[in-house]
Amino acid sequence: MTEPLLRVQGLQKRFGGVHATDDVNLNVIPSETHAIIGPNGAGKTTLISQLSGQILPDAGKILFDNRDITRLPAYQRAHVGIARSFQITSLFMDMTVQDNVALAVQAHQGHSFRLWRPARSDDHLRAPALEPLKTVGLHERADWTVSELSHGERRQLEMAMALAVAPKLMLLDEPMAGMGHEESMQMVDTLKSLGDQTILLIEHDMDAVFALADRISVLVYGRIVATGTPEEIRSNDEVRRAYLGEAA
Amino acid sequence: MTEQIAPKEQSAQSEANTAARRSRRLPPSTLIMAAGLLFLAIVPPLAYFTGNEFWLSIFTRLTILSIAAVSLNLVLGYGGLVSFGHAAFLGLGAYAVGIPVHHAINGEFESIATTNGLFHIPMAVGVCALYALITGAISLRTRGVHFIMITMAFGQMVFFAIVSIETYGGDDGLTIYERSSLPAISLDNPLTLYAVCFVSLLLALYLVHRIVNSRFGMVIRAAKGNEERIRALGFNAYAYRLLAYVISGSMCGYAGALLGNFTTFISPEMMDWTRSGELMFMVILGGAGSLFGPVLGASVFLLLEEVMSDFTIYWHLPFGIMLILAVLFVRGGISGFADRLLGAKRDD
Ligand SMILES: Nc1ncnc2c1ncn2[C@@H]1O[C@H](COP(=O)(O)OP(=O)(O)OP(=O)(O)O)[C@@H](O)[C@H]1O
Ligand SMILES: [Mg+2]
Repeated sequence: MTEPLLRVQGLQKRFGGVHATDDVNLNVIPSETHAIIGPNGAGKTTLISQLSGQILPDAGKILFDNRDITRLPAYQRAHVGIARSFQITSLFMDMTVQDNVALAVQAHQGHSFRLWRPARSDDHLRAPALEPLKTVGLHERADWTVSELSHGERRQLEMAMALAVAPKLMLLDEPMAGMGHEESMQMVDTLKSLGDQTILLIEHDMDAVFALADRISVLVYGRIVATGTPEEIRSNDEVRRAYLGEAA
Repeated sequence: MTEQIAPKEQSAQSEANTAARRSRRLPPSTLIMAAGLLFLAIVPPLAYFTGNEFWLSIFTRLTILSIAAVSLNLVLGYGGLVSFGHAAFLGLGAYAVGIPVHHAINGEFESIATTNGLFHIPMAVGVCALYALITGAISLRTRGVHFIMITMAFGQMVFFAIVSIETYGGDDGLTIYERSSLPAISLDNPLTLYAVCFVSLLLALYLVHRIVNSRFGMVIRAAKGNEERIRALGFNAYAYRLLAYVISGSMCGYAGALLGNFTTFISPEMMDWTRSGELMFMVILGGAGSLFGPVLGASVFLLLEEVMSDFTIYWHLPFGIMLILAVLFVRGGISGFADRLLGAKRDD
Protein backbone atom coordinates (compact mmCIF):
# COMPACT_ATOMS: atom_id res chain seq x y z
CA MET A 1 0.00 0.00 0.00
CA THR A 2 1.14 3.53 -0.72
CA GLU A 3 2.48 5.65 2.12
CA PRO A 4 -0.33 7.90 3.37
CA LEU A 5 0.01 11.64 2.74
CA LEU A 6 -1.96 12.48 5.87
CA ARG A 7 -2.07 10.44 9.05
CA VAL A 8 -4.33 11.37 11.94
CA GLN A 9 -3.74 9.46 15.17
CA GLY A 10 -5.92 9.50 18.27
CA LEU A 11 -7.20 13.02 17.71
CA GLN A 12 -9.32 14.47 20.53
CA LYS A 13 -11.22 17.73 20.85
CA ARG A 14 -13.80 18.74 23.43
CA PHE A 15 -15.92 21.88 23.57
CA GLY A 16 -17.13 21.88 27.15
CA GLY A 17 -19.31 18.80 27.37
CA VAL A 18 -19.34 18.16 23.62
CA HIS A 19 -16.85 15.57 22.44
CA ALA A 20 -16.49 16.95 18.90
CA THR A 21 -13.51 14.78 17.97
CA ASP A 22 -13.33 11.46 19.80
CA ASP A 23 -10.21 9.41 19.13
CA VAL A 24 -10.16 9.92 15.38
CA ASN A 25 -7.74 7.84 13.33
CA LEU A 26 -7.62 8.52 9.62
CA ASN A 27 -5.30 8.04 6.66
CA VAL A 28 -5.45 9.88 3.38
CA ILE A 29 -3.52 8.24 0.53
CA PRO A 30 -1.95 10.31 -2.28
CA SER A 31 -4.32 10.96 -5.24
CA GLU A 32 -7.40 9.64 -3.49
CA THR A 33 -10.61 11.48 -2.88
CA HIS A 34 -11.51 10.60 0.66
CA ALA A 35 -14.99 11.62 1.71
CA ILE A 36 -16.17 12.15 5.25
CA ILE A 37 -19.86 11.85 5.81
CA GLY A 38 -21.90 12.12 8.96
CA PRO A 39 -24.97 13.81 10.45
CA ASN A 40 -25.11 17.47 11.39
CA GLY A 41 -22.93 18.26 14.38
CA ALA A 42 -20.91 15.04 13.99
CA GLY A 43 -17.66 17.04 14.13
CA LYS A 44 -16.71 17.15 10.46
CA THR A 45 -15.87 20.84 10.34
CA THR A 46 -14.07 20.62 13.66
CA LEU A 47 -11.91 17.83 12.24
CA ILE A 48 -11.00 19.85 9.13
CA SER A 49 -10.24 22.89 11.25
CA GLN A 50 -7.75 20.87 13.27
CA LEU A 51 -6.08 19.65 10.09
CA SER A 52 -5.78 23.19 8.72
CA GLY A 53 -4.79 24.72 12.04
CA GLN A 54 -7.68 27.01 12.97
CA ILE A 55 -8.39 24.79 15.97
CA LEU A 56 -5.74 23.03 18.05
CA PRO A 57 -6.57 19.49 19.24
CA ASP A 58 -6.57 18.52 22.92
CA ALA A 59 -4.66 15.33 22.19
CA GLY A 60 -3.48 13.20 19.29
CA LYS A 61 -1.20 13.68 16.34
CA ILE A 62 -1.45 14.98 12.80
CA LEU A 63 1.30 13.81 10.44
CA PHE A 64 1.55 15.30 6.99
CA ASP A 65 4.21 14.15 4.55
CA ASN A 66 5.85 12.35 7.51
CA ARG A 67 6.07 15.61 9.40
CA ASP A 68 4.32 16.32 12.71
CA ILE A 69 2.16 19.39 12.09
CA THR A 70 -0.12 19.02 15.12
CA ARG A 71 0.91 22.38 16.59
CA LEU A 72 1.94 24.22 13.42
CA PRO A 73 0.24 27.65 13.05
CA ALA A 74 -2.46 27.83 10.38
CA TYR A 75 -0.53 30.11 8.05
CA GLN A 76 2.42 27.71 7.97
CA ARG A 77 0.27 24.71 7.09
CA ALA A 78 -0.56 26.44 3.83
CA HIS A 79 3.14 26.39 3.05
CA VAL A 80 3.56 22.67 3.69
CA GLY A 81 0.83 22.08 1.10
CA ILE A 82 -2.57 22.07 2.80
CA ALA A 83 -5.39 24.25 1.45
CA ARG A 84 -8.94 24.36 2.73
CA SER A 85 -12.27 25.72 1.64
CA PHE A 86 -14.87 26.87 4.14
CA GLN A 87 -18.38 25.52 4.68
CA ILE A 88 -19.55 29.07 5.33
CA THR A 89 -18.17 31.01 2.39
CA SER A 90 -15.12 32.91 3.55
CA LEU A 91 -13.97 35.43 0.95
CA PHE A 92 -12.77 39.01 0.66
CA MET A 93 -16.16 40.51 -0.06
CA ASP A 94 -15.27 44.00 -1.23
CA MET A 95 -12.49 42.87 -3.56
CA THR A 96 -12.84 41.50 -7.06
CA VAL A 97 -12.96 37.82 -7.91
CA GLN A 98 -9.52 38.02 -9.47
CA ASP A 99 -8.11 39.89 -6.45
CA ASN A 100 -9.30 37.05 -4.25
CA VAL A 101 -7.56 34.38 -6.29
CA ALA A 102 -4.49 36.61 -6.81
CA LEU A 103 -4.10 36.74 -3.03
CA ALA A 104 -4.07 32.96 -2.94
CA VAL A 105 -1.47 32.90 -5.73
CA GLN A 106 0.56 35.49 -3.86
CA ALA A 107 0.44 33.41 -0.69
CA HIS A 108 1.71 30.45 -2.66
CA GLN A 109 4.58 32.44 -4.18
CA GLY A 110 5.71 33.60 -0.74
CA HIS A 111 7.92 36.70 -0.26
CA SER A 112 4.93 39.06 -0.19
CA PHE A 113 6.62 41.84 1.73
CA ARG A 114 6.75 43.85 -1.45
CA LEU A 115 5.63 47.32 -0.64
CA TRP A 116 6.10 49.26 -3.82
CA ARG A 117 5.07 47.63 -7.10
CA PRO A 118 1.33 47.67 -7.81
CA ALA A 119 -0.11 44.19 -7.35
CA ARG A 120 -3.05 44.64 -9.68
CA SER A 121 -0.87 45.10 -12.75
CA ASP A 122 1.52 42.31 -11.79
CA ASP A 123 1.33 39.63 -14.49
CA HIS A 124 2.95 37.11 -12.18
CA LEU A 125 -0.22 37.32 -10.11
CA ARG A 126 -2.95 38.09 -12.62
CA ALA A 127 -2.23 35.35 -15.13
CA PRO A 128 -1.91 32.47 -12.64
CA ALA A 129 -5.06 33.76 -10.93
CA LEU A 130 -7.08 33.23 -14.10
CA GLU A 131 -6.22 29.51 -14.39
CA PRO A 132 -8.19 28.24 -11.39
CA LEU A 133 -11.03 30.58 -12.32
CA LYS A 134 -11.23 28.85 -15.69
CA THR A 135 -11.17 25.47 -13.98
CA VAL A 136 -14.24 26.29 -11.92
CA GLY A 137 -15.89 28.23 -14.76
CA LEU A 138 -15.80 31.66 -13.16
CA HIS A 139 -13.28 33.49 -15.35
CA GLU A 140 -15.93 35.66 -16.98
CA ARG A 141 -16.67 37.12 -13.56
CA ALA A 142 -13.00 37.98 -12.89
CA ASP A 143 -13.69 41.73 -12.62
CA TRP A 144 -16.75 41.44 -10.45
CA THR A 145 -16.78 42.38 -6.83
CA VAL A 146 -17.41 39.29 -4.72
CA SER A 147 -20.43 40.87 -3.05
CA GLU A 148 -22.10 40.94 -6.49
CA LEU A 149 -21.79 37.17 -6.98
CA SER A 150 -24.57 34.67 -6.48
CA HIS A 151 -24.25 32.06 -3.76
CA GLY A 152 -23.23 29.33 -6.20
CA GLU A 153 -20.59 31.55 -7.76
CA ARG A 154 -19.15 32.30 -4.35
CA ARG A 155 -18.84 28.56 -3.72
CA GLN A 156 -16.97 28.25 -7.03
CA LEU A 157 -14.64 31.04 -5.96
CA GLU A 158 -14.02 29.25 -2.66
CA MET A 159 -12.89 26.28 -4.73
CA ALA A 160 -10.77 28.37 -7.10
CA MET A 161 -8.87 29.84 -4.16
CA ALA A 162 -8.11 26.41 -2.77
CA LEU A 163 -6.90 25.33 -6.23
CA ALA A 164 -4.75 28.43 -6.75
CA VAL A 165 -2.18 27.38 -4.18
CA ALA A 166 -1.59 24.03 -5.94
CA PRO A 167 -1.90 22.16 -2.64
CA LYS A 168 -0.75 18.62 -2.00
CA LEU A 169 -3.94 18.12 0.01
CA MET A 170 -7.23 19.92 -0.45
CA LEU A 171 -9.65 20.01 2.46
CA LEU A 172 -13.11 20.79 1.12
CA ASP A 173 -15.86 21.52 3.64
CA GLU A 174 -19.20 20.97 1.89
CA PRO A 175 -18.26 22.67 -1.39
CA MET A 176 -21.81 22.21 -2.65
CA ALA A 177 -23.58 23.55 0.44
CA GLY A 178 -26.65 25.53 -0.58
CA MET A 179 -26.13 24.96 -4.31
CA GLY A 180 -28.88 24.06 -6.73
CA HIS A 181 -28.87 20.71 -8.52
CA GLU A 182 -27.33 22.07 -11.71
CA GLU A 183 -24.58 23.92 -9.87
CA SER A 184 -23.84 20.83 -7.79
CA MET A 185 -23.45 18.73 -10.94
CA GLN A 186 -21.06 21.30 -12.34
CA MET A 187 -19.03 21.22 -9.12
CA VAL A 188 -18.87 17.42 -9.30
CA ASP A 189 -17.51 17.71 -12.83
CA THR A 190 -14.95 20.28 -11.70
CA LEU A 191 -13.77 18.01 -8.90
CA LYS A 192 -13.61 15.02 -11.27
CA SER A 193 -11.49 17.05 -13.67
CA LEU A 194 -8.83 17.51 -10.99
CA GLY A 195 -7.64 13.95 -11.57
CA ASP A 196 -4.71 13.17 -9.27
CA GLN A 197 -5.41 15.86 -6.71
CA THR A 198 -5.58 14.46 -3.16
CA ILE A 199 -8.81 15.56 -1.57
CA LEU A 200 -10.45 15.21 1.80
CA LEU A 201 -14.08 15.97 1.07
CA ILE A 202 -16.92 16.68 3.46
CA GLU A 203 -20.26 16.52 1.74
CA HIS A 204 -23.89 15.93 2.60
CA ASP A 205 -24.99 15.33 -0.99
CA MET A 206 -24.80 11.51 -1.20
CA ASP A 207 -24.97 11.43 -5.01
CA ALA A 208 -21.92 13.65 -5.14
CA VAL A 209 -20.10 11.60 -2.53
CA PHE A 210 -20.70 8.29 -4.29
CA ALA A 211 -19.76 9.86 -7.62
CA LEU A 212 -16.44 11.25 -6.37
CA ALA A 213 -15.09 9.27 -3.45
CA ASP A 214 -12.50 6.51 -3.68
CA ARG A 215 -12.98 5.88 0.03
CA ILE A 216 -15.49 7.06 2.59
CA SER A 217 -15.24 7.50 6.34
CA VAL A 218 -18.35 7.83 8.45
CA LEU A 219 -18.18 10.18 11.42
CA VAL A 220 -20.84 9.99 14.14
CA TYR A 221 -20.63 11.90 17.43
CA GLY A 222 -16.97 12.64 16.82
CA ARG A 223 -16.04 8.99 16.19
CA ILE A 224 -15.19 7.32 12.91
CA VAL A 225 -17.53 4.32 12.85
CA ALA A 226 -16.52 2.95 9.46
CA THR A 227 -14.05 3.47 6.61
CA GLY A 228 -14.21 1.75 3.24
CA THR A 229 -14.95 1.89 -0.44
CA PRO A 230 -18.33 3.35 -1.46
CA GLU A 231 -19.69 -0.20 -1.92
CA GLU A 232 -18.54 -1.29 1.52
CA ILE A 233 -20.05 1.78 3.13
CA ARG A 234 -23.32 1.34 1.27
CA SER A 235 -23.67 -2.21 2.53
CA ASN A 236 -22.38 -1.61 6.07
CA ASP A 237 -25.18 -2.31 8.53
CA GLU A 238 -23.89 -0.06 11.26
CA VAL A 239 -23.62 2.84 8.82
CA ARG A 240 -27.13 2.25 7.55
CA ARG A 241 -28.47 2.35 11.08
CA ALA A 242 -26.39 5.25 12.28
CA TYR A 243 -26.52 7.50 9.32
CA LEU A 244 -27.81 6.55 5.93
CA GLY A 245 -31.17 5.45 7.32
CA GLU A 246 -33.88 4.79 4.78
CA ALA A 247 -31.94 6.71 2.15
CA ALA A 248 -29.58 3.76 1.66
CA MET B 1 -25.52 25.12 6.54
CA THR B 2 -28.13 27.79 6.16
CA GLU B 3 -26.37 30.41 4.11
CA GLN B 4 -27.71 33.52 2.55
CA ILE B 5 -28.52 33.03 -1.09
CA ALA B 6 -27.70 36.18 -3.02
CA PRO B 7 -30.65 37.35 -5.10
CA LYS B 8 -30.28 36.85 -8.81
CA GLU B 9 -31.79 40.25 -9.62
CA GLN B 10 -28.45 41.74 -8.68
CA SER B 11 -27.08 40.61 -12.00
CA ALA B 12 -28.46 43.44 -14.12
CA GLN B 13 -27.09 46.04 -11.78
CA SER B 14 -23.81 44.18 -11.58
CA GLU B 15 -23.56 44.18 -15.35
CA ALA B 16 -23.81 47.97 -15.26
CA ASN B 17 -21.22 48.16 -12.50
CA THR B 18 -18.84 46.05 -14.51
CA ALA B 19 -19.27 48.33 -17.50
CA ALA B 20 -18.55 51.36 -15.35
CA ARG B 21 -15.50 49.65 -13.93
CA ARG B 22 -14.12 48.83 -17.34
CA SER B 23 -14.36 52.39 -18.64
CA ARG B 24 -11.25 54.42 -18.03
CA ARG B 25 -13.15 57.31 -16.46
CA LEU B 26 -11.45 58.78 -13.42
CA PRO B 27 -13.42 58.11 -10.23
CA PRO B 28 -14.82 61.21 -8.47
CA SER B 29 -12.49 60.68 -5.50
CA THR B 30 -9.46 61.16 -7.77
CA LEU B 31 -10.90 64.38 -9.13
CA ILE B 32 -11.61 65.64 -5.63
CA MET B 33 -8.05 64.86 -4.62
CA ALA B 34 -6.65 66.70 -7.65
CA ALA B 35 -8.83 69.73 -6.92
CA GLY B 36 -7.95 69.66 -3.23
CA LEU B 37 -4.22 69.46 -3.83
CA LEU B 38 -4.38 72.21 -6.44
CA PHE B 39 -6.20 74.36 -3.89
CA LEU B 40 -3.52 73.66 -1.28
CA ALA B 41 -0.80 74.49 -3.79
CA ILE B 42 -2.26 77.86 -4.78
CA VAL B 43 -4.44 79.40 -2.07
CA PRO B 44 -2.12 79.36 0.97
CA PRO B 45 0.77 81.16 -0.85
CA LEU B 46 -1.80 83.60 -2.21
CA ALA B 47 -3.07 84.22 1.33
CA TYR B 48 0.49 84.88 2.43
CA PHE B 49 1.26 87.33 -0.36
CA THR B 50 -1.96 89.24 0.27
CA GLY B 51 -0.98 89.73 3.88
CA ASN B 52 -3.12 87.00 5.47
CA GLU B 53 -0.40 85.22 7.32
CA PHE B 54 -2.93 83.89 9.79
CA TRP B 55 -4.54 81.83 7.06
CA LEU B 56 -1.21 80.49 5.93
CA SER B 57 -0.60 79.25 9.46
CA ILE B 58 -4.01 77.53 9.48
CA PHE B 59 -3.09 75.77 6.25
CA THR B 60 0.29 74.76 7.65
CA ARG B 61 -1.45 73.16 10.62
CA LEU B 62 -3.87 71.51 8.23
CA THR B 63 -1.15 69.91 6.11
CA ILE B 64 0.67 68.64 9.20
CA LEU B 65 -2.45 67.15 10.78
CA SER B 66 -3.32 65.72 7.35
CA ILE B 67 -0.03 63.83 7.23
CA ALA B 68 -0.81 62.42 10.68
CA ALA B 69 -4.32 61.47 9.58
CA VAL B 70 -3.02 59.91 6.35
CA SER B 71 -0.59 57.83 8.38
CA LEU B 72 -3.37 56.71 10.73
CA ASN B 73 -5.52 55.88 7.73
CA LEU B 74 -2.97 53.28 6.63
CA VAL B 75 -3.69 51.16 9.70
CA LEU B 76 -7.20 52.31 10.60
CA GLY B 77 -8.76 52.76 7.17
CA TYR B 78 -6.96 50.14 5.11
CA GLY B 79 -5.98 47.73 7.86
CA GLY B 80 -9.06 48.01 10.09
CA LEU B 81 -6.83 48.49 13.14
CA VAL B 82 -8.46 51.11 15.35
CA SER B 83 -5.41 52.68 16.95
CA PHE B 84 -6.45 55.09 19.66
CA GLY B 85 -2.93 56.21 20.49
CA HIS B 86 -1.57 57.88 17.41
CA ALA B 87 -1.13 61.27 19.10
CA ALA B 88 1.78 59.70 20.99
CA PHE B 89 3.67 59.48 17.68
CA LEU B 90 2.98 63.15 17.00
CA GLY B 91 4.29 64.00 20.46
CA LEU B 92 7.37 61.79 20.25
CA GLY B 93 8.19 63.29 16.85
CA ALA B 94 7.88 66.80 18.24
CA TYR B 95 10.03 66.03 21.28
CA ALA B 96 12.62 64.49 18.95
CA VAL B 97 13.07 68.08 17.76
CA GLY B 98 12.49 69.83 21.09
CA ILE B 99 14.88 67.82 23.23
CA PRO B 100 18.02 68.08 21.03
CA VAL B 101 17.35 71.81 20.52
CA HIS B 102 16.88 72.27 24.27
CA HIS B 103 20.29 70.71 24.92
CA ALA B 104 21.93 72.62 22.08
CA ILE B 105 20.91 75.82 23.85
CA ASN B 106 21.08 74.82 27.52
CA GLY B 107 23.96 72.34 27.42
CA GLU B 108 24.21 68.74 28.72
CA PHE B 109 23.68 65.57 26.68
CA GLU B 110 26.26 66.68 24.10
CA SER B 111 25.69 63.54 22.03
CA ILE B 112 22.18 64.53 21.01
CA ALA B 113 22.45 68.32 21.43
CA THR B 114 21.93 69.81 17.99
CA THR B 115 19.68 72.08 15.97
CA ASN B 116 20.40 70.10 12.83
CA GLY B 117 17.17 68.98 11.13
CA LEU B 118 19.06 66.17 9.40
CA PHE B 119 19.44 64.73 12.89
CA HIS B 120 15.94 65.61 14.14
CA ILE B 121 14.00 63.97 11.36
CA PRO B 122 15.71 60.56 11.39
CA MET B 123 15.49 60.75 15.18
CA ALA B 124 11.72 61.40 15.08
CA VAL B 125 11.14 58.65 12.53
CA GLY B 126 13.49 56.20 14.26
CA VAL B 127 12.13 56.71 17.78
CA CYS B 128 8.57 56.32 16.51
CA ALA B 129 9.45 53.22 14.50
CA LEU B 130 10.94 51.64 17.59
CA TYR B 131 8.01 52.69 19.77
CA ALA B 132 5.59 51.33 17.17
CA LEU B 133 7.51 48.07 16.94
CA ILE B 134 7.41 47.48 20.69
CA THR B 135 3.86 48.65 21.40
CA GLY B 136 2.56 47.16 18.15
CA ALA B 137 4.11 43.78 18.94
CA ILE B 138 2.02 43.71 22.12
CA SER B 139 -1.16 45.51 20.98
CA LEU B 140 -1.55 43.47 17.79
CA ARG B 141 -1.95 40.30 19.82
CA THR B 142 -5.36 41.65 20.80
CA ARG B 143 -8.47 42.40 18.77
CA GLY B 144 -11.40 44.80 18.69
CA VAL B 145 -12.08 46.82 21.81
CA HIS B 146 -9.00 45.38 23.50
CA PHE B 147 -6.80 46.76 20.74
CA ILE B 148 -8.42 50.19 21.07
CA MET B 149 -7.90 50.20 24.83
CA ILE B 150 -4.32 48.96 24.79
CA THR B 151 -3.15 51.43 22.12
CA MET B 152 -4.80 54.19 24.14
CA ALA B 153 -3.09 52.96 27.30
CA PHE B 154 0.32 53.03 25.60
CA GLY B 155 -0.41 56.56 24.41
CA GLN B 156 -1.26 57.67 27.93
CA MET B 157 1.92 56.02 29.17
CA VAL B 158 4.01 58.26 26.93
CA PHE B 159 1.89 61.23 28.01
CA PHE B 160 2.62 60.64 31.69
CA ALA B 161 6.25 59.82 31.02
CA ILE B 162 6.79 63.22 29.41
CA VAL B 163 4.77 64.95 32.14
CA SER B 164 7.12 63.50 34.72
CA ILE B 165 10.34 64.73 33.12
CA GLU B 166 11.02 68.11 34.75
CA THR B 167 14.04 68.84 32.55
CA TYR B 168 11.79 69.20 29.54
CA GLY B 169 9.18 71.31 31.25
CA GLY B 170 6.94 68.44 32.35
CA ASP B 171 3.33 69.58 32.36
CA ASP B 172 4.27 73.12 31.35
CA GLY B 173 5.72 72.11 28.04
CA LEU B 174 8.89 73.04 26.24
CA THR B 175 9.61 76.02 24.05
CA ILE B 176 11.65 75.28 20.94
CA TYR B 177 13.86 78.36 20.72
CA GLU B 178 15.40 77.42 17.39
CA ARG B 179 13.79 75.56 14.52
CA SER B 180 15.49 72.62 12.82
CA SER B 181 18.19 73.90 10.51
CA LEU B 182 18.23 72.36 7.07
CA PRO B 183 20.65 72.86 4.18
CA ALA B 184 19.46 75.68 1.87
CA ILE B 185 16.06 75.88 3.62
CA SER B 186 14.98 78.13 6.46
CA LEU B 187 11.92 76.93 8.36
CA ASP B 188 11.72 80.37 9.99
CA ASN B 189 10.14 81.66 6.80
CA PRO B 190 6.43 80.76 7.11
CA LEU B 191 6.00 80.24 3.40
CA THR B 192 9.00 77.92 3.21
CA LEU B 193 7.68 76.01 6.20
CA TYR B 194 4.34 75.63 4.49
CA ALA B 195 6.02 74.47 1.27
CA VAL B 196 7.94 71.81 3.21
CA CYS B 197 4.74 70.61 4.89
CA PHE B 198 2.79 70.57 1.64
CA VAL B 199 5.45 68.61 -0.24
CA SER B 200 5.64 66.24 2.73
CA LEU B 201 1.90 65.69 2.48
CA LEU B 202 2.24 64.92 -1.23
CA LEU B 203 4.96 62.40 -0.44
CA ALA B 204 2.91 60.84 2.35
CA LEU B 205 -0.07 60.44 0.03
CA TYR B 206 2.11 58.92 -2.69
CA LEU B 207 3.75 56.57 -0.22
CA VAL B 208 0.42 55.32 1.14
CA HIS B 209 -0.94 55.02 -2.40
CA ARG B 210 1.98 52.80 -3.40
CA ILE B 211 1.82 50.73 -0.24
CA VAL B 212 -1.90 49.98 -0.25
CA ASN B 213 -1.79 48.90 -3.90
CA SER B 214 1.27 46.69 -3.50
CA ARG B 215 1.23 42.99 -2.69
CA PHE B 216 1.78 43.92 0.93
CA GLY B 217 -1.13 46.36 0.84
CA MET B 218 -3.50 43.81 -0.68
CA VAL B 219 -2.82 41.49 2.25
CA ILE B 220 -3.37 44.28 4.79
CA ARG B 221 -6.67 45.24 3.17
CA ALA B 222 -7.87 41.67 2.80
CA ALA B 223 -7.04 40.90 6.43
CA LYS B 224 -9.28 43.79 7.47
CA GLY B 225 -12.34 41.99 6.13
CA ASN B 226 -11.38 38.39 6.76
CA GLU B 227 -8.38 37.64 8.92
CA GLU B 228 -9.11 33.92 9.24
CA ARG B 229 -9.02 33.44 5.49
CA ILE B 230 -5.82 35.44 5.05
CA ARG B 231 -4.17 33.18 7.63
CA ALA B 232 -5.61 30.05 6.04
CA LEU B 233 -4.11 31.16 2.72
CA GLY B 234 -0.69 31.20 4.35
CA PHE B 235 -0.09 34.80 5.39
CA ASN B 236 1.25 35.66 8.80
CA ALA B 237 -1.31 38.42 9.38
CA TYR B 238 0.41 39.51 12.58
CA ALA B 239 3.72 40.25 10.87
CA TYR B 240 2.03 42.17 8.07
CA ARG B 241 0.08 44.29 10.51
CA LEU B 242 3.12 44.96 12.63
CA LEU B 243 5.02 46.29 9.64
CA ALA B 244 2.05 48.47 8.64
CA TYR B 245 1.88 49.78 12.20
CA VAL B 246 5.59 50.64 12.18
CA ILE B 247 5.31 52.45 8.84
CA SER B 248 2.26 54.36 10.05
CA GLY B 249 3.89 55.32 13.34
CA SER B 250 7.09 56.51 11.65
CA MET B 251 5.11 58.65 9.23
CA CYS B 252 3.13 60.15 12.10
CA GLY B 253 6.39 60.82 13.94
CA TYR B 254 7.63 62.75 10.93
CA ALA B 255 4.45 64.86 11.10
CA GLY B 256 5.25 65.42 14.77
CA ALA B 257 8.70 66.81 13.87
CA LEU B 258 6.99 69.25 11.51
CA LEU B 259 4.45 70.15 14.18
CA GLY B 260 7.23 70.98 16.65
CA ASN B 261 8.83 73.27 14.08
CA PHE B 262 5.50 74.89 13.36
CA THR B 263 4.26 75.60 16.88
CA THR B 264 7.74 76.03 18.46
CA PHE B 265 6.04 75.17 21.70
CA ILE B 266 5.33 71.58 22.63
CA SER B 267 3.69 70.02 25.64
CA PRO B 268 2.38 66.62 26.73
CA GLU B 269 -1.11 67.93 26.00
CA MET B 270 -0.49 67.29 22.29
CA MET B 271 -0.42 63.55 22.98
CA ASP B 272 -3.41 63.40 25.25
CA TRP B 273 -5.90 60.66 24.34
CA THR B 274 -8.40 63.27 23.14
CA ARG B 275 -5.85 64.25 20.48
CA SER B 276 -5.73 60.64 19.33
CA GLY B 277 -9.50 60.71 19.20
CA GLU B 278 -9.40 63.81 17.00
CA LEU B 279 -7.08 62.07 14.56
CA MET B 280 -9.47 59.10 14.45
CA PHE B 281 -12.38 61.40 13.76
CA MET B 282 -10.51 63.07 10.90
CA VAL B 283 -9.94 59.70 9.28
CA ILE B 284 -13.45 58.37 9.82
CA LEU B 285 -15.16 61.64 9.00
CA GLY B 286 -13.17 62.03 5.79
CA GLY B 287 -13.56 58.43 4.73
CA ALA B 288 -11.49 55.62 6.20
CA GLY B 289 -9.72 53.64 3.51
CA SER B 290 -9.87 56.34 0.86
CA LEU B 291 -6.54 57.94 0.03
CA PHE B 292 -7.53 61.59 0.27
CA GLY B 293 -10.34 61.17 2.82
CA PRO B 294 -8.18 61.99 5.85
CA VAL B 295 -7.19 65.34 4.30
CA LEU B 296 -10.86 66.19 3.79
CA GLY B 297 -11.60 65.08 7.34
CA ALA B 298 -8.78 67.21 8.72
CA SER B 299 -10.04 70.21 6.73
CA VAL B 300 -13.58 69.92 8.04
CA PHE B 301 -12.27 69.33 11.53
CA LEU B 302 -10.15 72.50 11.55
CA LEU B 303 -12.88 74.54 9.92
CA LEU B 304 -15.47 73.48 12.48
CA GLU B 305 -13.00 74.04 15.28
CA GLU B 306 -12.42 77.63 14.11
CA VAL B 307 -16.06 78.45 13.53
CA MET B 308 -17.50 76.83 16.62
CA SER B 309 -14.93 78.07 19.08
CA ASP B 310 -15.96 81.59 18.01
CA PHE B 311 -19.54 80.94 19.12
CA THR B 312 -19.07 79.14 22.39
CA ILE B 313 -16.32 78.03 24.68
CA TYR B 314 -18.29 74.81 25.15
CA TRP B 315 -17.80 73.95 21.49
CA HIS B 316 -16.48 70.48 22.18
CA LEU B 317 -19.89 69.07 22.98
CA PRO B 318 -21.88 70.08 19.85
CA PHE B 319 -18.75 69.36 17.86
CA GLY B 320 -18.52 65.86 19.26
CA ILE B 321 -22.19 65.22 18.56
CA MET B 322 -21.83 66.41 14.97
CA LEU B 323 -18.85 64.16 14.44
CA ILE B 324 -20.61 61.14 15.84
CA LEU B 325 -23.63 61.79 13.62
CA ALA B 326 -21.39 62.15 10.59
CA VAL B 327 -19.56 58.95 11.40
CA LEU B 328 -22.78 57.04 11.96
CA PHE B 329 -24.77 58.26 9.02
CA VAL B 330 -22.36 59.20 6.28
CA ARG B 331 -21.11 55.81 5.14
CA GLY B 332 -17.56 56.04 3.80
CA GLY B 333 -17.17 59.53 5.27
CA ILE B 334 -17.08 62.68 3.20
CA SER B 335 -15.21 61.10 0.33
CA GLY B 336 -17.61 58.16 0.12
CA PHE B 337 -20.51 60.61 0.19
CA ALA B 338 -18.96 62.72 -2.58
CA ASP B 339 -18.27 59.60 -4.65
CA ARG B 340 -21.90 58.55 -4.49
CA LEU B 341 -23.18 62.06 -5.14
CA LEU B 342 -20.94 62.78 -8.10
CA GLY B 343 -21.06 59.22 -9.36
CA ALA B 344 -24.86 59.27 -9.47
CA LYS B 345 -25.03 62.62 -11.24
CA ARG B 346 -22.55 61.64 -13.87
CA ASP B 347 -24.36 58.44 -14.71
CA ASP B 348 -27.66 60.21 -15.40
N1 LIG C 1 -16.12 26.68 18.58
C1 LIG C 1 -17.00 25.84 19.15
N2 LIG C 1 -17.35 25.99 20.44
C2 LIG C 1 -18.20 25.13 21.03
N3 LIG C 1 -18.77 24.10 20.41
C3 LIG C 1 -18.46 23.89 19.11
C4 LIG C 1 -17.57 24.75 18.42
N4 LIG C 1 -17.44 24.32 17.14
C5 LIG C 1 -18.23 23.24 17.05
N5 LIG C 1 -18.85 22.96 18.23
C6 LIG C 1 -19.74 21.82 18.50
O1 LIG C 1 -19.04 20.67 18.11
C7 LIG C 1 -19.91 19.76 17.46
C8 LIG C 1 -19.39 19.47 16.08
O2 LIG C 1 -19.54 20.63 15.26
P1 LIG C 1 -19.07 20.66 13.74
O3 LIG C 1 -19.33 22.03 13.23
O4 LIG C 1 -17.70 20.15 13.63
O5 LIG C 1 -20.09 19.65 13.06
P2 LIG C 1 -20.29 19.28 11.52
O6 LIG C 1 -20.17 17.82 11.42
O7 LIG C 1 -19.42 20.10 10.67
O8 LIG C 1 -21.80 19.71 11.33
P3 LIG C 1 -22.56 20.28 10.02
O9 LIG C 1 -22.90 19.10 9.19
O10 LIG C 1 -23.77 20.92 10.58
O11 LIG C 1 -21.63 21.22 9.36
C9 LIG C 1 -21.29 20.40 17.48
O12 LIG C 1 -22.00 19.89 18.58
C10 LIG C 1 -21.00 21.85 17.67
O13 LIG C 1 -22.05 22.49 18.34
MG1 LIG D 1 -19.66 21.51 9.25
